[in-house]
Amino acid sequence: MKYILLTLCTLSMQVVFAQDTYRGKVLNTFNSPVESAQITVNDSIVATTDAHGVFELTLDEPSTAYIYAEGYQVYETEFNDPLHYYFITIQPEDDLNELVITTNKKNTQRGRGATNMQVMNSGELLKAACCNLAESFETNPSIDVNFSDAISGSKQIRMLGLTSPYILIAEENIPSVRGASQAYGLSFTPGTWVESIQVTKGAGSVVNGFESISGQINTELIKPSDDLPFFLNLYGSTDSRFEVNAHFSEKISDKWSSSLFVHGNTRVKKNDMNHDGFLDNPLGSQINVMNRWQYMNLEKGWIAFLTARYMKDEKQTGAIDFDKDIHKLGTDKWGAELNTDKFDVSAKIGYVFPNQPYKSFGWQNAFSYHAQNSYFGLNQFDITQRSIYSNFLYSSIINNTMHKFSTGASFMYDDYSEFVANYGANHYDRTDTSYGAFMEYTYDNMDNLSMVLGLRADNSNRLGAFVTPRMHLRYNPWEKTTLRMSAGRGKRLANIFAENQYLFASSRRFNIQEDGGKAYGMNPEIAWNYGVSVSQDFRFLNKSANITLDFYRTDFQNQIVVDLDQSARTVDFYNLDGKSYANSFQAELNYNIIKHLNLRTAYKYYDIQSTYGDKTLERPLQAKHRLFANMEYSTHENNGRYWKFDATWNWLGKQRLPYTGDNSSENKLADYTNPFSTINAQITKVFSDTFEIYVGGENIANYRQNRVILGADDPFGNEFDSTIVYGPIFGQMYYAGLRFKIK
Amino acid sequence: MKKYVIMILAVLGVAFSSQAQEKKNKNAKADVEVKGNCDMCKKRIEKAAFRVKGVKSANWHAEDQTLHLILDENKTDVLKVQKAVAEAGHDTKEVKASQDDYEGLHFCCKYNRE
Repeated sequence: MKYILLTLCTLSMQVVFAQDTYRGKVLNTFNSPVESAQITVNDSIVATTDAHGVFELTLDEPSTAYIYAEGYQVYETEFNDPLHYYFITIQPEDDLNELVITTNKKNTQRGRGATNMQVMNSGELLKAACCNLAESFETNPSIDVNFSDAISGSKQIRMLGLTSPYILIAEENIPSVRGASQAYGLSFTPGTWVESIQVTKGAGSVVNGFESISGQINTELIKPSDDLPFFLNLYGSTDSRFEVNAHFSEKISDKWSSSLFVHGNTRVKKNDMNHDGFLDNPLGSQINVMNRWQYMNLEKGWIAFLTARYMKDEKQTGAIDFDKDIHKLGTDKWGAELNTDKFDVSAKIGYVFPNQPYKSFGWQNAFSYHAQNSYFGLNQFDITQRSIYSNFLYSSIINNTMHKFSTGASFMYDDYSEFVANYGANHYDRTDTSYGAFMEYTYDNMDNLSMVLGLRADNSNRLGAFVTPRMHLRYNPWEKTTLRMSAGRGKRLANIFAENQYLFASSRRFNIQEDGGKAYGMNPEIAWNYGVSVSQDFRFLNKSANITLDFYRTDFQNQIVVDLDQSARTVDFYNLDGKSYANSFQAELNYNIIKHLNLRTAYKYYDIQSTYGDKTLERPLQAKHRLFANMEYSTHENNGRYWKFDATWNWLGKQRLPYTGDNSSENKLADYTNPFSTINAQITKVFSDTFEIYVGGENIANYRQNRVILGADDPFGNEFDSTIVYGPIFGQMYYAGLRFKIK
Repeated sequence: MKKYVIMILAVLGVAFSSQAQEKKNKNAKADVEVKGNCDMCKKRIEKAAFRVKGVKSANWHAEDQTLHLILDENKTDVLKVQKAVAEAGHDTKEVKASQDDYEGLHFCCKYNRE
């Protein structure tokens, strides 16, 4: 009788509180269950996982929960569907073990550490047409994606208003987009290979080198041990670009696994939407193959990766009726070709001491070969780079895990051979060698304060001996408010031709004002970057929201000024004589309007000025004001089936145009462009966890830059310039694709 | 007979522990029961443990009410950690918190005392 009463009581209580039970499993990135992970709602623990990672909990109402587990990053999830079985994959804290986050719950997460870091996972990448890494930032307000130039068809990115040479872009913590690949390297990594991207604003860590100035972007590729046996992605668009991505993976033993990634893309049809007689986007093709092997012995603490990769990329652009076999390097028709071969191998090994999980070391080695042969009308540019990179990292604690440190040494070797023909031919060959040691100390009071202090000392044959200090601080003055500060120094050699090679697609003469420096007669670029960021979480109308304000300043002590303002006939390169700085401010608001509907908006202000000759001017082709809004919505999942909708709106204020005053009147441009906006949207239909199709559009409002090429009627005359691109060249573009997996 | 067995066991036990003392482990793992409720407790318990010199790693989990430690036996022992944690208001297996320290806890941390 007593029991019946008790049961009745329990039942009635359930009715009164309308409690729902949620079940699921917490896994680590190796797909092993995580025991003792705590699931908290409103700061109290509602469940803890058992030895199989399984949990079960009851809630009065759908709630946001945080999952905490020792050695893992905090994971946020929403419990709203009692019928759903929640598989939650949590990511390790330790970089060495940083392997995956695969979830469609939250696609971009802000890190909890001292650095201003966001993690974008593959879900974020699926929101755009996103054929390669360059395009994957379209939905991230911290990174501006520029419009592709007519020559390469590649998109360039900017962070804090500075172009990609000032960003350290690494692949699995090995610097990858640098030197010869600086301009187009982001288009050499297909989007489907990417598992997650960490975007760090400001100076960043010293572990990956001294070159970063405005930020660091690290891409983690899909690990063989987590990969599906087979994945296929097909894509086609109305600008006649076709892509195929195929992944094959196999677990060879309990310790070894291997993946083969194959990517191909091509554009075969000539597009000239603006009828200027020139292609809007290049013809081309790319073959990209990667094979990697992973060894993992969790009991002993060893993990290793071996990766080999080959890429061949070919592009042709210029006049519609340009035939490369007939017109190459002649003056009948203007045309350009850009052919790249790239080969990379890398080996990484990491060890975590089994009885001291806070102690580990990692050693990574990479070799890369990059050869580009290209011509642009009568200009020629060939570059070959051979690089060796080696980095050893040891991490441990001082007294206890509140005080951590990482230390190590790195070595970098770059052998460049360049041939430049532009009003005269020149060879530029050089070898850069640098070695250095670094130390990074991390303090975490386990509550409201953490701090990273980094210092590295390097010696380079071209940069000399120098130190690179970096500092990051996080402080939570009260709950839900995060304050971050950072400061740091960066130093790099500018590869002036590789970084600015799009300028060869004009009749400009390259004037290099040598000043006795060690690369092209010029000095290294040196800059300090400082930043503050305030982030506030709050609830509005009972839905979670976040507002973040970032202010960063970059001060150049020296910069290689790329000056398009002396004359429309020249581009001048010289050491900065005066001041150069970049101020950037960003206000970002994220709001979960209703269930499954998220809004992300941002306002960005850029004040970027340099001394050009005797004048201080805004950097050309840079909007001072930008607005961004992204809306994502997904329908409720039903038997694995649902719809996803995503739309992004970008508004760009007026941009200063380079000087064209010495052109004839029909080739003179105004001082500023007009403001304009673009809209991209995508719809995905998920049929099951193995099959989905998507359709989307870019630049749906069909905004087009009204004049792309100056002097198009006389491409070998001295007013020809196809490099002044500030907006979309091609009008609206639609695409469709599918993704198929075998699990 | 029983008495002797116990005595022998006790002697052996002492022998073993003294042998262990000779070879002190710099990275000894130890788990100790600590009472608490929530994340706030977790922070307090771990902070208290870290105040003891020689504690290298401290992780407390609410579910199993256990503090997982890695400590240097040359510098400290589990009892010292338990004392420090008890002073912060949390009962441990061998050392209980004083009533005053317990009363000083935030209301959400007032675990059930036996």
